[in-house]
Amino acid sequence: METLAIISGGIIGAAILMYVVLDGFDLGVGILFPFAPDEKARDTMINSVAPVWDGNETWLVLGGGGLLVFFPTAYSIALPAFYLPIMAMLFALIFRGVTFEFRHQAHTSAHLWNRSFFWGSLVAAFAQGVLLGALVQGVHVEGLRYAGGMFDWLSPFSILTGIGVVAGYGLLGATWVIYKTEGEIQDWARRAAIVLGGGTMIAMAAVSVMTPLMRPMIAERWFGGINLVYFAPVPLLTGALAVWLFYSILSKRELAPFLSAVGLFMLGFLGLAISLYPNIIPPSVPVWDVVAPRSSVIFALIGVAVVLPMVLIYTVYAYSVFHGKASAKGGYAHHEHE
Amino acid sequence: MPPIDAEILARLQFAFTVAFHILFPTLTIGLAGFLVFFEAKHLRTGQEIWLRLYKFWVKIFALTFGMGVVSGIVLSYQFGTNWAEWSRITGPVLGPLIGFEVLTAFFLEAGFLGVMLFGWDKVGPRLHFLATTLVAIGTAISAFWILSANSWMQTPQGATFVDGHYVVDDWLAVIFNPSFPWRFLHMTTASYLTTTVVIAGVSAYHLLADNNREIAKRSFSVAMWALMVLAPLQIFLGDQHGLNTLEHQPMKIAAMEGNWETQSHAPFHIFAIPDQKAQTNHLELSIPWGSSLILKHSPSGVVPGLSEVPVEDQPPVGIVFWSFRVMVGIGFLFLALGAWGVWARWRGQLTESKWLSRFAVLMSPAGFVATLAGWFVTEVGRQPWTVYGALRTADSISPTVTGASVATTLVLFLIVYGGLFGAYLYYLMKLIRRGPEALSVRETEEKPEAIRGARPGLVVPAE
Ligand code: HDD
Ligand code: HEM
Ligand code: HEM
Repeated sequence: METLAIISGGIIGAAILMYVVLDGFDLGVGILFPFAPDEKARDTMINSVAPVWDGNETWLVLGGGGLLVFFPTAYSIALPAFYLPIMAMLFALIFRGVTFEFRHQAHTSAHLWNRSFFWGSLVAAFAQGVLLGALVQGVHVEGLRYAGGMFDWLSPFSILTGIGVVAGYGLLGATWVIYKTEGEIQDWARRAAIVLGGGTMIAMAAVSVMTPLMRPMIAERWFGGINLVYFAPVPLLTGALAVWLFYSILSKRELAPFLSAVGLFMLGFLGLAISLYPNIIPPSVPVWDVVAPRSSVIFALIGVAVVLPMVLIYTVYAYSVFHGKASAKGGYAHHEHE
Repeated sequence: MPPIDAEILARLQFAFTVAFHILFPTLTIGLAGFLVFFEAKHLRTGQEIWLRLYKFWVKIFALTFGMGVVSGIVLSYQFGTNWAEWSRITGPVLGPLIGFEVLTAFFLEAGFLGVMLFGWDKVGPRLHFLATTLVAIGTAISAFWILSANSWMQTPQGATFVDGHYVVDDWLAVIFNPSFPWRFLHMTTASYLTTTVVIAGVSAYHLLADNNREIAKRSFSVAMWALMVLAPLQIFLGDQHGLNTLEHQPMKIAAMEGNWETQSHAPFHIFAIPDQKAQTNHLELSIPWGSSLILKHSPSGVVPGLSEVPVEDQPPVGIVFWSFRVMVGIGFLFLALGAWGVWARWRGQLTESKWLSRFAVLMSPAGFVATLAGWFVTEVGRQPWTVYGALRTADSISPTVTGASVATTLVLFLIVYGGLFGAYLYYLMKLIRRGPEALSVRETEEKPEAIRGARPGLVVPAE
């Protein structure tokens, strides 16, 4: 059962990482929306994510659904514990999701949907960051049930991670825009990426310092014995990627900044996994205490093994259909009526 | 706050958000099928009229799909926020079903929706058709899994309760639980039926307004053919579904019938005001022996009454009783509309009859009402259980979530969904009023056969 539990945990982790990277860049595009140079740039930006945002968000459903599949008990602990930030995230995602169609149909009210896109993306990103912080700082569990209050998630640390994720998604969004556009918008996106890259680095550093201070167990994990030697590549690679990020932006590369931003997220995620393992609900609920019964895990694993590769193949295909630079015409440009 | 508050509020919130959600899949499941049909006709015949129809309805599809996605994501998290105990106990059964829905349906729909909406000049016509088809298949697969999950809660089997949660012994028994086949057929038919009536209504509106006549005639004709088949089919499926429910959830049937005592020669009440406190009905207007005849096909058939179980195990009778009558009433109105269509077509008046068109316009939202009413019968009739006969609703909620939090989010849902629904209807009406683009002059003048039916039997009567 332990192996099954760890495999299941790995699948949830992979789904969440996919979500963070994919929806991260399109939420980031939303966060940057009001700062874009003009309405034409906004049309181009929204068109660059329109064909793929729904697929991106489906990874969130897989993350949540996957938790119910593999760790129903963890799901029943975490969701009530994080009731309010989850609801905030859901409301924000509603406002953001409807924008694509509504803004396209709107004439006079387009600016209203611009705002809904921005606030929806911003609040969703912030709420996800808060959820991350709240998880890392630990959840009060008794008898495998949530035993805390409605506001346990709220702390300076979770606010910090909230801001960090906003900056990080903004960085992903800006580097995506660099990749998908040219000319004036691209220049603007480069400037945005530098500012947000700086912000992301500061937030990552602050979180890395605070986490072990706050939770001695995590300090022990990183610095105990010779662990530091094993795990040292994570911070070192992060530093190297950060340098590469700024260098590639300044040297006007198009795809490299996006890839380095994605790399930064993956390393951050790896660091998190190292800190939390084997707990799915820190500080005291390991994966094997809450894994679903064997019959459910096996059934679901077969499904994952057969279907997920197909999903990945056609997702790549769907992206490839829309390769190349996005334009302000077609798609969801709101002033365009065919 | 006493837990009862949180329970009622959580139920209200879930009922509201799920009822809001189902409005959109009801249209997208059916519309996806019609889009496949339109595009297939276009590919086969090359007629522009089918392409125009596709391009018009696909806009409505996209608008509706977006609403379905955002309201659906809410539901998948609400299971855990509001129904933590339910998630913990039934998660091992329902989790994988919902997981399969994400893997096999949601990704498929989302992956190819982009190609379907924006891929016109990026992929060839055949690949585009494939994308439309895959999206339509995705919506049907989605209905398959979620209805299997819901049906398991109505008629559970294939799992045993050990150590505080369910453990599955037989997945096939879980997936194909006794009420699932009927629920799946009845609900997908409901979607197609609702969509059919919407298409008929919108086409009739354009006929009455006398714009885009050729296109409107074509789609009105297609919709009336479909209605002729679907309306009687749905009544048959509903009857079979009811017989299945009689076998597995007798108290739900008793509530639908407003029947308090187990008896033979039970009447069918056309009208009544059920009074749960007094365990009786007021102002009954009934067909003698009706209930026994419908349910047992014999006047002396014995049908179950609510008094077989204590009051606290009875579902709320009034809601179930009346929702059922609303659904069935609309079902027969659809049958009437379909029959009128057949008669008018036979007389060559299908698109000429103003009254038929007016009736079609009037009926266009009725499918949504019937679908919601049907779900109210199903879900309220299951009370006081979430898993019928095994897990009470009161034992399903999240114990630590306070009434105040649920109340706050409930109010927010009411405001936000209310506003969004307004915006949705506004943009929907705008699209409907603008209508499909007119056929080009060349098409209408040089190729009259582009307007008359191309398929034998689908001939639009000569103007
Ligand atoms: C009979 C069909 C049916 C029923 C009963 C439900 N749904 Fe639904 N749902 C669909 C049919 C559907 C669909 C046709 O597949 C949708 C509608 C529009 C769309 O985008 O897909 C969808 C979308 C949709 C999405 C968004 C998927 C995405 O990201 O693309 C989620 C998360 C859910 N649903 C979840 C639920 C839950 C938790 C339900 C039960 C309480 C539920 N649905 C009832
Ligand atoms: C999509 C169409 C559906 C509609 C319109 C619908 C409607 C409702 C309504 C009206 C209630 C409240 C009943 C009451 O409290 O009196 C309810 C409750 C509930 N439904 Fe459904 N339902 C639908 C589908 C589903 C599905 C597919 C599932 C699960 C797989 C589900 C799970 C539940 C649960 C867990 C509750 C809460 C407990 C309860 O009050 O019974 N529903 N639903
Ligand atoms: C007039 C004939 C009809 C009959 C006899 C009938 C019968 C039934 C019955 C007995 C149920 C409850 C099943 C249960 O939970 O045990 C039901 C549910 C339902 N009905 Fe109908 N129905 C009819 C027409 C319609 C129409 C016209 C629609 C919509 C267009 C519709 C949509 C639904 C839906 C969505 C449900 C809930 C899902 C389900 O349980 O299948 N029904 N119907």
